[in-house]
Amino acid sequence: MEELFGGFSLGLFFWQAVLFLALVFLLKKFAWKPILDSVNNREEGIKNALEAAENAKKEMENLQADNQKLLKEARAEREAMLKEARDIKNKMIEDAKEEANEAAAKLMAQAQATIQTEKKAAILELKSQVASLSIEIAEKVVQDELSNKGKQEKLVESMLGEATLN
Amino acid sequence: MRKKIAFKPVTLLLLLITFMSFAKEDVKHEESGSDLKTEIKEYIQHHLLDSYDFNLFSYDNGEKHFGFPLPVILWDNGLKVFSSSKFHHGETVAEAGGSYYKLHHGKIYKVDGPNGEIIEGDHHHATNEKPLDFSITKNVVLIAMVFAIMFFMFSRMAKSYKKNNGMPKGTGRFLEPIVLYVRDEIAIPNIGEKKYKKYMSYLLTVFFFVWIVNLFGLTPIGMNVTNNIAVTLCLALITYLITTFSGNKNYWKHIFWMPGVPVPMKIILAPIELLGTIIKPFALMIRLYANITAGHVVLMSIIGMMFIFNNWLGSSLSFLLAFVLGILELLVAALQAYIFTVLSALYFGMAVEDHDHH
Repeated sequence: MEELFGGFSLGLFFWQAVLFLALVFLLKKFAWKPILDSVNNREEGIKNALEAAENAKKEMENLQADNQKLLKEARAEREAMLKEARDIKNKMIEDAKEEANEAAAKLMAQAQATIQTEKKAAILELKSQVASLSIEIAEKVVQDELSNKGKQEKLVESMLGEATLN
Repeated sequence: MRKKIAFKPVTLLLLLITFMSFAKEDVKHEESGSDLKTEIKEYIQHHLLDSYDFNLFSYDNGEKHFGFPLPVILWDNGLKVFSSSKFHHGETVAEAGGSYYKLHHGKIYKVDGPNGEIIEGDHHHATNEKPLDFSITKNVVLIAMVFAIMFFMFSRMAKSYKKNNGMPKGTGRFLEPIVLYVRDEIAIPNIGEKKYKKYMSYLLTVFFFVWIVNLFGLTPIGMNVTNNIAVTLCLALITYLITTFSGNKNYWKHIFWMPGVPVPMKIILAPIELLGTIIKPFALMIRLYANITAGHVVLMSIIGMMFIFNNWLGSSLSFLLAFVLGILELLVAALQAYIFTVLSALYFGMAVEDHDHH
């Protein structure tokens, strides 16, 4: 212990204290404070940047999720629309068919009616034509018959002869 | 594996030869050998002491010196400043302002006149009056040099941050991880996230100061600042003062009235704890001083062994040992700086800790 403190030098202690304390204060002002501040700022910056990146990522994910959702919705909507369209189409076809059937039936009926009337008219005309034709024929035949005296007489005679039988 | 086994007998043989040759040398040159040993012993002791001139090396049997004198500043009935060259390396009495001074074992003593002698009491202790000595010694010069180096290095580092938009450049790239290590591994774990900031300046300065000073001690210039008890005492005292003045209510409560123990124990614990506050920085002081001094003594003894052996085998083995030890000392230089800083941080942490868990 005596050896230990025998080597103690007050002068060295004094200079060490003065120089060391001066060094602490000088370095604090000119080195440690700017250095640690810069490092802190940088670390803060990196931290913020990382946080921002994380946030952006999250936002991206949200956006993508939204997109997915929207896409899903759109798909569902399309599906629904297509289904509706299909239904409408089917219904329209059904309706059209029905209408067409109805119209056809109506037309048929009309046609039948027309045919009937036409047929009647045709029969009537045919009848009248047949009558006139028959008269004409009869006329011609008669004329022809009458132009031949002998035949006329013969006819009359035959007719008469028949009449008398009745 | 085989290599290892083969190596062992060889080592043993070498050691044996070394000791044999050592013994032989001892017998042959008993007189000159013991002279050399004393000389080396004295040289080591001299090396460990502070000195008043900046002596790089001596030659011609220590009669010629290469270096330069440093100013001697004394307070002895008024300020007295003179050059240490007046002592002529301790051989003559220096005169300043009507008083006479002489060097004795690296210390300045007042003597009666131009031919005054040191009067030795018990155990070779001089009984002469010692003036108050504020000389710029070799160690003070080195402290000032480290001061300049550190200020230059770190202020440049700080400037490089400003220039490069918050990024370090040059030496800063190398120093920044160390600065961050002190912050993240020493200050924050020991003191706490909230309170570490105001201790950073001291911790960083003391870490780099001790480290650089220790490294300088390993250079051939041969200056050891941290093996002076005055230097380590100064550093430990600053740690003690910072701890004491930043101690909060909890800290003092744990010293004077330890919570959670019975009252008689509290009374017994109070003086122990109070003593502990002084023992802690005291241990800090002794640890740094002893480690560096021991390292130097051992390293220089082994280097001295080279000259004592004075044969190719012993000397080369000593050289190898000195080389390995030199590398170890390089580690110790950083380790002691680290330990000093960690323990200082630990004490600061104790002083400012909030004992929420009680």
